[in-house]
Amino acid sequence: MSTESPLLSVRDLQTSFPMRSPVLRRTVGQIQAVAGVSFDIPAGGTLGLVGESGSGKSTVARTIIGLEKARSGSIVFDGDELTSLPKASMRRVRRQLQMIFQDPYASLNPRATVEQIIAEAWQIHPDVVPRNQHRAEVRDLLERVGLNPDHAERYPHQFSGGQRQRIGIARALALRPKLVICDEAVSALDVSVQAQVLNLLDDLRCDLGLAYLFIAHDLSVVRHISDRVAVMYLGRIVETASQDELFTRPLHPYTQALLSAVPDPKPWDKPAREQIIIGGDVPSPADPPSGCGFRTRCWKAEETCAHDVPELTTRLELHPAACHFATELAGAAR
Amino acid sequence: MVLLSVRDLRVEFATSGGVVTAVDGASFDVGSGETVALLGESGSGKSVTAQAVMGIVPKPAGRVCGGSISYDGRDLLAPGVAKGLRGREIAMVFQDPLSSLNPVFRVGAQIGEMFRRHRGASRREARAAALDLMKRVGIPAASKRLDDYPHQFSGGMRQRVMIAMALALSPRLLIADEPTTALDVTVQAQIMDLLTRLQAEEGMSLVLITHDLGVVAGVADRVILMYAGRVVETGSLREVYEHSGHPYTSGLMASVPAVDGPRDRLVPIQGSPPDLLSLPSGCSFRPRCQYADEQCAEVEPVLRQLPDRPSTHQAACHHPEGVLTDVH
Amino acid sequence: MVAPVAARRRTRAGSARIRFGFAVIAVYVVAAAIGPWLFRYNPVDTRTADRLKPPFTRLSDGSFAIFGTDQVGQDLLAQMLQGARISIAVGLATLLLAGTIGVTIGLAAGYFGGWLDGVLMRLADIQLAFPSILLAIFIAALLGPSVVNVVIVLAVANWVTFARVARGQALATRRREFVDASRTLGAGTWRLVTRCVLPACVAPVLVVATVEIGHVILAEASLSFLGLGTPASTPSWGVTIANGRNYLADAWWISTIPGIALAFLVISLGVLGDALRDRYDPRLRSL
Ligand SMILES: Nc1ncnc2c1ncn2[C@@H]1O[C@H](COP(=O)(O)OP(=O)(O)O)[C@@H](O)[C@H]1O
Ligand SMILES: Nc1ncnc2c1ncn2[C@@H]1O[C@H](COP(=O)(O)OP(=O)(O)O)[C@@H](O)[C@H]1O
Ligand code: SF4
Ligand code: SF4
Ligand SMILES: [Mg+2]
Ligand SMILES: [Mg+2]
Repeated sequence: MSTESPLLSVRDLQTSFPMRSPVLRRTVGQIQAVAGVSFDIPAGGTLGLVGESGSGKSTVARTIIGLEKARSGSIVFDGDELTSLPKASMRRVRRQLQMIFQDPYASLNPRATVEQIIAEAWQIHPDVVPRNQHRAEVRDLLERVGLNPDHAERYPHQFSGGQRQRIGIARALALRPKLVICDEAVSALDVSVQAQVLNLLDDLRCDLGLAYLFIAHDLSVVRHISDRVAVMYLGRIVETASQDELFTRPLHPYTQALLSAVPDPKPWDKPAREQIIIGGDVPSPADPPSGCGFRTRCWKAEETCAHDVPELTTRLELHPAACHFATELAGAAR
Repeated sequence: MVLLSVRDLRVEFATSGGVVTAVDGASFDVGSGETVALLGESGSGKSVTAQAVMGIVPKPAGRVCGGSISYDGRDLLAPGVAKGLRGREIAMVFQDPLSSLNPVFRVGAQIGEMFRRHRGASRREARAAALDLMKRVGIPAASKRLDDYPHQFSGGMRQRVMIAMALALSPRLLIADEPTTALDVTVQAQIMDLLTRLQAEEGMSLVLITHDLGVVAGVADRVILMYAGRVVETGSLREVYEHSGHPYTSGLMASVPAVDGPRDRLVPIQGSPPDLLSLPSGCSFRPRCQYADEQCAEVEPVLRQLPDRPSTHQAACHHPEGVLTDVH
Repeated sequence: MVAPVAARRRTRAGSARIRFGFAVIAVYVVAAAIGPWLFRYNPVDTRTADRLKPPFTRLSDGSFAIFGTDQVGQDLLAQMLQGARISIAVGLATLLLAGTIGVTIGLAAGYFGGWLDGVLMRLADIQLAFPSILLAIFIAALLGPSVVNVVIVLAVANWVTFARVARGQALATRRREFVDASRTLGAGTWRLVTRCVLPACVAPVLVVATVEIGHVILAEASLSFLGLGTPASTPSWGVTIANGRNYLADAWWISTIPGIALAFLVISLGVLGDALRDRYDPRLRSL
């Protein structure tokens, strides 16, 4: 494997859920939650995935990690094609690919101690840490995520939300993964605690050389931790760029609206900016609009937008954006 | 003119672990036509304060056990007074609109019910008034949606319905408890825009409760910051945000990642949120405070004016000088 | 901790009912356990002199019959204590069997879903649609009366409730985030079911078992009363009540006293089960 090939490479990924009629529970259609998504994450890199709820971010994550089945497309992780990998090899790959969940309450088994929660990984993969070293290793991990190692015997309900999220992080690190998917990992936390956990994730990346797929609906959080950012809307990536590029020169109207909607605690510090408030809600992926998915809320929409699906391509040597008029929009807003 | 005045409010809850003081001596005023933000992280007592004002502290676990709340000269804590004003004079919007709407009645009927019950309007008048309100809060195709049920609305639209119901009787004070927390940012921007517009049109007072310092930044005139049931800092919004006099406030400001400017490492507040069942002696913020000394352990700080700042800017801290010089 | 507080306080309800239920059941269990040692019961013993004596009679051997005697002169109290043993043992054995079958089927249906769920739950519907006492009569007639057969019959008639509860828990738990977390660690199905889903079933299954045991004891008595349950030589309450049937006019106590004892136990179990359900799992109320 050459050093240049990315750690994770996703190509044209599609995932859908059956849509059932409420009474007879017959399948009456498909909800296209992820409608063709492609991206790469290099070893040690962080890709931020943003978008409003329902845009398909979690489904991307769950499909990569094998909790949902891809309908089509490819997921290459560390040289293995995950969509066609036999079960036995999947176990080996799983070790390298871990996830941190959103809800610090629901994601920990309430009936298990912290030690049991963290050591579960080694019961499933006994070759990672031998049984007699579980205790010592759990203490190490707890220390690493900033918890008191003497609390290994406690139950999740004895910890605060932020501490529970650290337990979740320790569990994800137990198998010494290369890539960690953080699905809204700090979204449920209070600001002061969120900053602690963000710093921790940052430190772990540096110390352990981790790569992250960092999912959040909060752009400022994503900006803080990502090298590259991809913006999702209605199951597709509509814009992707380096963190710096995306936040200083957003091309897609949706990205511009998102950025404009982020509340700024000190608006008076900056030159007055035109606030873009887009109307309406995200359409249902069960019945997406024709052409550009964003056209029902887009203030730049024109006739063509209803017919032609805009490709996610680079125009005028800028970065990729899926809008017919991306180049005209460069520099607009913000 | 002061419309709402809260003095030394104390609210206690009996829990299986013991009695917690959810609001512990909070005092603040809301002027008429003013927009005030009640800020603080989860569990700081914001919602309970609002419940006390509305007279809806959950019984029997909770009870208001001290202080006074007066609204336009009337004692809200006297029996029956809050109930009489609720809906007519003081209205409230909650975080979760789905659970605050009755799922089995049509939205138009639920809004119209306000007019029928309080104004004795006929069915037809109520319907017309409901339609009018739905248009005012920006529900598209309002005449078609009158007969829809709450579950047929999106989160943002439901919140608009809630706001319409709250505004039905033209209250003079609207309390919005985390009105946008459950919504996406683009929808949050819509709702905040709506709230500020309506506030200006109606000239009502608005109390915005939120944990998000950014949401209220362009909106509120004054802020009241709570920690562990106490008001720790208050003043005009810009004054408090730019010249924080309490270590908690400055810590919160430093914890918020920005969408522009340099991408510095965040400076979080150390430690965990307070456990109301075992608060430290003296200042509640002490275990997380870098300025703490013996005085902080012995004497509970009270709100007082900050050195060289306007008299309306007050913080409950023994050592605000350190915070003011370190941060600014 | 804040969040659980409110929940815990709400569930505090029903303490009095729970204490009452447990107390009554404890009395029955203790009586069934040590009673037969104190008041010996010998099924082949017949003493014609002491036939059909009313309660509070001194018998020919000088002993005192609080509950009177039956048509062959047996002390009714001794017979009832022995019967309590049988009734409770049959009840427990039935629950164990029905619970094992039901929980296994329910877990499989709920966890795997799909066609398996469809098939198993249709089976449960059919089972429910068929009056269980009729089914029991049918099977008992086929297998003949014996204690083991009664247990089998009643288990077949009662597994559905357990299956429903286990299925519900499995459905609710398998999508929980902590189960997904185990999955991402590479945990297999067996591990997920036994470590994550099964523990979540324990509390609701115990609650249901408490409600069900009353039904089972009653059903056993009914079967025995009809002559399809335990054989006449094992004096379960149903048998005793049936034996007294012919003497109702002149010896009311033979049927009535065991009947009252049976009703009191079943009611107490019902009260306890309801209270436990309210406390631990209000969602089960519809079952
Ligand atoms: N298990 C599921 N069954 C049916 N629809 C689903 C399921 N999971 C997600 N969806 C749908 O897929 C879309 C994308 O959801 P999700 O990936 O959770 O979005 P996000 O994480 O960006 O909020 C949503 O419209 C959601 O309703
Ligand atoms: N119904 C209740 N029962 C018990 N305690 C409560 C209840 N509601 C609130 N509390 C207590 O009051 C504290 C403050 O709650 P709240 O005002 O809801 O905080 P927030 O600032 O997040 O709105 C909580 O930490 C909790 O201890
Ligand atoms: S393609 Fe058209 S509708 Fe879509 S974002 Fe661009 S301008 Fe808007
Ligand atoms: S009073 Fe003391 S402990 Fe409290 S905030 Fe001020 S310096 Fe910190
Ligand atoms: Mg999600
Ligand atoms: Mg609240």
